[in-house]
Amino acid sequence: MENVINIFVKSIFIENMVFAYFLGMCSYLAVSKSVKTATGLGIAVIFVLGITLPVNYLLENFVLQDGALAWLGPQFANVDLSFLSFIMFIAVIASMVQLVEMIVEKFAPTLYANLGIFLPLIAVNCAILGGSLFMQQKQFINIGEATVYGLGSGLGWFLAIIGIAAIREKIKYSNVPAPLRGLGIAFIITGLMGMAFMGFSGIKL
Amino acid sequence: MSDREHLFSRKNLDLLKNPLGPSNPITVQVLGICSALAVTAQIKPAVVMSISVVIVTALANLIISLLRNTIPNRIRIIVQLVVIASLVILVDQVLKAFVYDVSKQLSVFVGLIITNCIIMGRLEAFALANKPWPSFLDGLGNGAGYGLILIIVAFFRELLGSGSVLGYNVVEKIGLDKIGYENNGLMVLSPMALITVGIIIWIHRSRDRSLIEDK
Repeated sequence: MENVINIFVKSIFIENMVFAYFLGMCSYLAVSKSVKTATGLGIAVIFVLGITLPVNYLLENFVLQDGALAWLGPQFANVDLSFLSFIMFIAVIASMVQLVEMIVEKFAPTLYANLGIFLPLIAVNCAILGGSLFMQQKQFINIGEATVYGLGSGLGWFLAIIGIAAIREKIKYSNVPAPLRGLGIAFIITGLMGMAFMGFSGIKL
Repeated sequence: MSDREHLFSRKNLDLLKNPLGPSNPITVQVLGICSALAVTAQIKPAVVMSISVVIVTALANLIISLLRNTIPNRIRIIVQLVVIASLVILVDQVLKAFVYDVSKQLSVFVGLIITNCIIMGRLEAFALANKPWPSFLDGLGNGAGYGLILIIVAFFRELLGSGSVLGYNVVEKIGLDKIGYENNGLMVLSPMALITVGIIIWIHRSRDRSLIEDK
């Protein structure tokens, strides 16, 4: 249990997707002009990360890893499909996003209306594929840890995009040097936020 | 017919040249920042990463452009992802075979070339509507524009952060460390990559004022 909480806190604050690894920066910069749209995209990312990570975890451990196919019979025990992981992960992500989109459209039309355009975009958000690749590297012991890691990194991304969106809404009223306006200042603010988040490093529960 | 256009006509050369300056993928189009910054603490991984991205962008552009008339519009994203993912797997295997230590350093970021927005962006914006040769050049140019920024950022981060260039310790050679010069450890950490890019954008836009955003 402690381990799970530790993974959760670590993935939100210390190994924050945006500030520590720069994942999902494209949509982070493009969709952070207002808090409202940022919230929509942030929730969608948490959602998709929370779903794709356990699925990819199962795929990794029962199909792709070296010797993972042993359950099919002893003749498969030496099969190593790990070189296929990129293409499998991205296929899973693209299809899960599609599936999630259909389910949300059917059962939660209001949420769908809010997320609408963002859901399909998420398939190519680096944070999602990054989550799966980090999961592969970290070798979690069970599916629960993988899910918690997914939700935690999603939440970290959500916090980051809300933060920058709020700051960018305010900064419209300040006098930024002309060449820095827009993109440049967004980069520098993200850097400063990253420094603040570095203060969390070393925390252990 | 314009088909007979020279291979390196002015228009084609512009495709190659523009991404290096006025339409740079990172500082102007805001594409592909995701995997760009994490690999720039040193020059060597940045160079390897740039070469990989140039190869993948150029070839993906070429392949998609060859296929552009046969891909049904509804499933084009999946087709693009499959093409890109296969190319990235090839690059990854080559890196693992020949430069294993760099491949270790790049870790997940080689895989993340797949979701690098530059590639998807160029496929959507250019390769789907243009002939193979210009698409190939466009891919080459955009990959190079991306690599250029990557290497500039990596140069400053390595020089100021670890006091070396390509692993060659400049600061010690000049003797700066004897007169009390200290490397700035912060440059190696991730936030400074963002600030460095911010400063590059600042310089780029103050030289080319047409790029300044409206209020």
